[in-house]
Amino acid sequence: MKKEYTITVYTENQVGLLNRIAIIFSRRKINIDSLNVSPSEVESIHRFTIVINETVEVVRKLCLQIEKQVEVLKAYYNTNDEIIWQEMALYKVPTDAVAEKLKVERLLREYGARAVVIRKDYTIFETTGHREETDRLVQFLEPYGLIEFVRTARIAIIKASSGFHEKIREFEAVEPAEELIENEFLDKGQAVFTM
Amino acid sequence: MSSIIKEADQIDKLIQLASTASFEARELSGSQAVLEACIAEGVDTIFGYPGGAIMPIYDALYDCHDRLKHVLVRHEQGGIHAGQGYARSSGKVGVVFATSGPGATNLVTGLADAMIDSTPLVCITGQVFAHLLGTDAFQETDVINITTPVTKWNYQITDATEIPHVLSKAFYIAGSGRPGPVLIDISKNAQIQKFNYEGYTKCNHIRSYRPKPIVRKEYIEAAAQLINDAKKPFVIFGQGVILGRAEKEFKAFIEKGGLPAAWTILGLSALPTDHPQNVGMLGMHGNYGPNVLTNECDVLIAVGMRFDDRVTGRLDKYAKQAKIIHLDIDPAEINKNVTATVPVWGDCKETLPLLTQLIQEKQHKEWLALFNQYTKDEQDAVIHAEIHPTQGELTMGEVIQLLNELTDGNAIIVTDVGQHQMVACRYAKFNETKSNITSGGLGTMGFALPAAIGAKFGAQHRTVVAVIGDGGFQMTLQEMGTIMQTGLNVKILILNNRFLGMVRQWQELFNDRRYSFVDIQSPDFVQLAKAYGIDGASISDRDLLKNGLQKMLDHDGSYLLEVMVGKENNVFPMVPQGCSVSEIRLK
Repeated sequence: MKKEYTITVYTENQVGLLNRIAIIFSRRKINIDSLNVSPSEVESIHRFTIVINETVEVVRKLCLQIEKQVEVLKAYYNTNDEIIWQEMALYKVPTDAVAEKLKVERLLREYGARAVVIRKDYTIFETTGHREETDRLVQFLEPYGLIEFVRTARIAIIKASSGFHEKIREFEAVEPAEELIENEFLDKGQAVFTM
Repeated sequence: MSSIIKEADQIDKLIQLASTASFEARELSGSQAVLEACIAEGVDTIFGYPGGAIMPIYDALYDCHDRLKHVLVRHEQGGIHAGQGYARSSGKVGVVFATSGPGATNLVTGLADAMIDSTPLVCITGQVFAHLLGTDAFQETDVINITTPVTKWNYQITDATEIPHVLSKAFYIAGSGRPGPVLIDISKNAQIQKFNYEGYTKCNHIRSYRPKPIVRKEYIEAAAQLINDAKKPFVIFGQGVILGRAEKEFKAFIEKGGLPAAWTILGLSALPTDHPQNVGMLGMHGNYGPNVLTNECDVLIAVGMRFDDRVTGRLDKYAKQAKIIHLDIDPAEINKNVTATVPVWGDCKETLPLLTQLIQEKQHKEWLALFNQYTKDEQDAVIHAEIHPTQGELTMGEVIQLLNELTDGNAIIVTDVGQHQMVACRYAKFNETKSNITSGGLGTMGFALPAAIGAKFGAQHRTVVAVIGDGGFQMTLQEMGTIMQTGLNVKILILNNRFLGMVRQWQELFNDRRYSFVDIQSPDFVQLAKAYGIDGASISDRDLLKNGLQKMLDHDGSYLLEVMVGKENNVFPMVPQGCSVSEIRLK
């Protein structure tokens, strides 16, 4: 049975690794519902959070293929009840709608929305929550003239993740990562000899 | 005053000298560093083709040709297949050079082939200057992204200082764990750039890379228990035995347990053909007994193989009655296609001896006799007519049979893809490991000729015979130019049935003989070889066959022998696609 799974991957910081991981999904024609890549708590180690809708068998095999990549330290997969997760969202709405309509104000308060920018013409709110909650707020705001909306990918913490934080600290302490060399020549243009 | 300065200068120089001696620090170009890395890794032969973006490396090679042999191929695909042949016959990492753009894209087929057949390669491609990346420069392609799905690891170098440690990683990754191809793309500026070279250190550890899973004793014990309790145990083995250099350990294992063993086509030659417990070939065109009895054994022990669909046939009817023990170095292979009752992670060089220790000495005589009974049935129905025909057109089987007699099973046999490949694998005799070289997983037509060239460079003391079909030969026949220029001694045996035989066989069996574009014409191969300075002959007469083969083997230098075989001969037995292994057809 297909289910929502969150895959957490710890990797080295390497150009091209995102592609190496992404094609493991696309090769099998599996859609990635949400993807977040960012530095982990340990310098030089990055963390991927990938959400897909698949059977446990498929997810297990995917994780083994991901872990097989040279620069991947570890891949985990979890069902929704094994993680705590959030998505962040930004909403841009006309300021008068918020100022004049009591209902809007109450609802924003209910959703824990926080104003980030308030201008005469528009206001930008921010919420964090699960996807359905964000969806509901979008639906509600639409009739009041929602101007723009954007949300982030899911980020998730594994409830039973006592071990790995220490583990990656250990990794980094024993063998600090190599420095990443980016293309320093790309902007030099004419200054470099060409054939 | 001045003398004091002089003295100080001298001391400075001495200090400098001492420090350079201990760190070997000297100024090298990126290109020189690439070659230093190859030399330090013990590379003796490089297969390659020059071009604009790799010119600095070739310029450095000009000064190194006494220490590094470079073989100029005729096409980069030929270069990489030669690298594969070299790796497979020598057990070492094959090295291939190619230029950017088309040079690099021509490597892709070989990379895919090496990836699926776990062949260790380090390919070095030139790339345009770093500041031109992404500008659609002349001969620029995004090689890293094109090759990502078909490499074990790849990396782009844009700074010469990265070269020593990236190349040491490349060789380590290619050759360790489950081997595979690695591609290093080096931009031209990095090849030219001078830097302070501090020597080369071989890599033996990467923190995020675990080449070998930890061997878990409890699974070894559980596996041994299953084997000891088994009434009808059956071993199936693949290339893992060869890649793990575990041929001896494997033999000791099956001999102690009295276990019948069958091979996948990449496992072929890991166990001598005439070993009494070698019961033959698995899979679509494998032997009768091993296929049928897969569905009758009680414990199936898979060693270094990956349950390819050509081996298993229909998965939901594959060995359902058996408990399965799977030994593999790659954790992703375990439970991928077939669920293991007991998974034994690890290098079989380590796990097999542990298992051998725990299993009881046994002889499963009746069970082994059952395999022999099936062999007899297959002999009567298929084999005898194939290898000892007395009339009609020549068969591929009799050619291979005669070749066995004349080489006594001591040759390296390199095959292409198709009917001749199946026949050669079925009937060729092998005494030594690393003697069967073929494109198994990818099924790359055109593999054999260049791979045979590489195989000869990798094992120069051995006879190398490339067995090729008339279709596959025409895909890479330009590599006869490489043979001509290197003066190499490779025997080319073309089994010509004037058809793309394997597809024709399927069209005959499954498409009502609608022979759609399989009727392929060929040039005069003997004349063609002659143009490349290679002697040859064509034979269609049974009486001349033995002498013809003998002449080919005795000839001083390369030789092309074309044997005209039956046009519409089929390879049997056969497990039709979508059928279970026990539904194997004898005709």
